[in-house]
Amino acid sequence: MIPGWKEWRDALCQRHGEKLQRKFETATVAVCGLGGMGSAISIALARAGIGKLILIDFDRVDVTNLHRQQYKADQIGMYKTEAMKQNLLEIAPYLETETHAVRITESNAEDLLGAADIICEAFDSAEAKAMLVNLVLEKMPSKYLTAASGMAGIDSANTIKTRRIADRFYLCGDQVSDVENASYLLSSRVMLCAAHEAHAVLRILAEEFDA
Amino acid sequence: MVTINGEKIDAAGKTVAEYLAGAGYDDKRIAVERNGEIVPKSQYADTVFADGDLVEVVSFVGGG
Repeated sequence: MIPGWKEWRDALCQRHGEKLQRKFETATVAVCGLGGMGSAISIALARAGIGKLILIDFDRVDVTNLHRQQYKADQIGMYKTEAMKQNLLEIAPYLETETHAVRITESNAEDLLGAADIICEAFDSAEAKAMLVNLVLEKMPSKYLTAASGMAGIDSANTIKTRRIADRFYLCGDQVSDVENASYLLSSRVMLCAAHEAHAVLRILAEEFDA
Repeated sequence: MVTINGEKIDAAGKTVAEYLAGAGYDDKRIAVERNGEIVPKSQYADTVFADGDLVEVVSFVGGG
């Protein structure tokens, strides 16, 4: 039996305090890419009671994703946007979602991301990461942006960090571990980096702006 | 001197494009912040580093 909205919100307020919860529930966050990073970021934010998530990914769930991405075996073949929305609503039934099963490009990014207060870059290719970061910083300077670089391989968990690169731009990861060299991504290390990104989002909303 | 990624480098007077090429960066995988502002890629060839600039070249690696 799913609790009613008031009971749900009361529980979040009990955990976070009403003042902080109000900041979370009035926020809109865009998650760009729903792979290992984006799926874990989305779950952390949904659990924290973020009001609205804009979920963007062009891809479908594949059997080779399940070692690190937050999907289930019976979701193989579904669009990641739809599978993630389903999983998030099972966790947080009052979350508002908007899904876009498209590739983010320089021509559609401003339309897709215009309503977001905070944008999370969660792509896997280095070129796509750089494209989105440059585009948001150049064209949407009022947005907060979190991004990730370097979470592949089996190096120490303790090398994953958050750095504040500019006033509104945070970068998470060890900044060096490239999947092209490490050749694999582990659920634990990707989740560490995703937790850094989700935590940066919650800290921004809490007006704790240091990395 | 210009501080680039925390290191003092003799790059004053060089354009961003010249510095990046010399240092071996791949333009498609980076973002450049100069004194807290993004340098648009279209301006790499025309933006000249000045003495005292604080620069961060963010390099992206794959994985997500």
